Amino acid sequence: MIRADNLSFAAGGVPIIRDVSFALDPDGPTLILGPNGAGKSVLLRLLHGLLEPDAGQVRAPGPQAMVFQRPVLLRRSVLANVLFPLRGPDARARAEQALALVGLQAMAHRPARRLSGGEQQRLALARAAAQRPAILFLDEPCAALDPAATRAVEEIIRHLAAAGTRIVMTSHDLGQARRLAGEVLFLHQGRLLEHTPATEFFAAPRSPEAAAFLRGELLWAPGA
Amino acid sequence: MNDLSSAIAQALGMLLHWDAGLLRIVGLSLRVSLTAVGVAALVGLPLGAALAVARFPGRGAVMAVLNALMGLPPVLCGLLVYLLLSRSGPLGAWGLLFTPTAMVVAQAALIMPILAALSCQLLRSLWEEYAEQLRSFGLSRLGAVPTLLWEGRVGLTTVLLAGFGRAAAEVGAVMIVGGNIEGYTRVMTTAIALETSKGDLPLAIALGLVLMLVVFGVNALAMALRGWADRSGH
Ligand SMILES: Nc1ncnc2c1ncn2[C@@H]1O[C@H](COP(=O)(O)OP(=O)(O)O)[C@@H](O)[C@H]1O
Ligand SMILES: [Mg+2]
Repeated sequence: MIRADNLSFAAGGVPIIRDVSFALDPDGPTLILGPNGAGKSVLLRLLHGLLEPDAGQVRAPGPQAMVFQRPVLLRRSVLANVLFPLRGPDARARAEQALALVGLQAMAHRPARRLSGGEQQRLALARAAAQRPAILFLDEPCAALDPAATRAVEEIIRHLAAAGTRIVMTSHDLGQARRLAGEVLFLHQGRLLEHTPATEFFAAPRSPEAAAFLRGELLWAPGA
Repeated sequence: MNDLSSAIAQALGMLLHWDAGLLRIVGLSLRVSLTAVGVAALVGLPLGAALAVARFPGRGAVMAVLNALMGLPPVLCGLLVYLLLSRSGPLGAWGLLFTPTAMVVAQAALIMPILAALSCQLLRSLWEEYAEQLRSFGLSRLGAVPTLLWEGRVGLTTVLLAGFGRAAAEVGAVMIVGGNIEGYTRVMTTAIALETSKGDLPLAIALGLVLMLVVFGVNALAMALRGWADRSGH
């Protein structure tokens, strides 16, 4: 259902995604892993259509939503943020349901940008979930969160996945990847080195780069 | 020294007794400058917003022209509007020269580039923050403009206040196109200039105090607004 065919993307002449092809498993969640600078965020943006590939193509059905590494909240109330992308007579009910899902219903009328980091990320998830996307892209949704907030966000992701939302996310947290992943895409210097079920990836990575990454020895990519 | 203290005493007397002539001058000043801000905002804010989100060849040149116009001396602006509205000018048939309307036109022309350039700067940083998220919601660049204007409402209000302060305090443009006609086109700044040169200090001092109050008041309002926005998460 989500495919990339010979996808390439360069910025300022520097190749960032190099000839990447895959067809994702229908279930997921899909975890895109790889050292810093591997191209994970760029790949998510290509899949979501925020960036145009230089070559190749993406096929991913809509509706889609994306939550960014740093939540982008409007200067409005919590509820108004969830309502913003919604249309139709049931918008309000959907927004309230989404806020209840992430445990923010009591804060509906607070200014969104006064929330704590974890609350802001949960709000961004609620706003994405309220759009009822078929695919939800998450870029390091827990990068700046403490362990408790991370667990709360993971719980929400699990809930959405169980309810049928196709999750495609990046993470730099291997523990989180083990807890959530159905399959893994391992990127290194813009190349797709592995696409395997999560159990296989963590037990027996095929590439030496992935093995080094899992040992914690490959934290960032040397100049691509 | 005695002259000065008696002039100040007379000025305070005019203020305390709401002197009718003084009130008319202050009233016209506020009316002209507020209308000028409104007119300039109708052009300047959408222009600033469009420049903030649009990508077209020549965008840099438009920005450079706007930035240059921000520093246009008021007398020059007055002269240009004078040439436009004078009997032999292109809009001379409208008979607007030496009317409050001409003063509104001159002040609006003076501050429009300021409003456009400042709002463009403000909305551009908002656009950098919001562009991807708004596109993810399915909004186009131009479709995002109303959202950007609303998200920037606090900053844009301080931009409008700055524009009003500049309009209310300038003297060159309204002097040239208004003519400082008593009871008709005389505003605070032109009256202060004229009365001081005539040696009639009480009215000049009284108007000076009011003008100072207006300018400080606008600044205080802008600061209060920013403080409130910071505290309330806007
Ligand atoms: N718009 C851009 N212009 C230039 N270089 C970029 C741009 N976006 C990302 N890059 C570069 O592409 C590489 C991959 O970035 P990214 O996808 O953010 O990595 P990560 O895997 O850490 O998410 C990095 O070297 C980054 O500096
Ligand atoms: Mg990234």
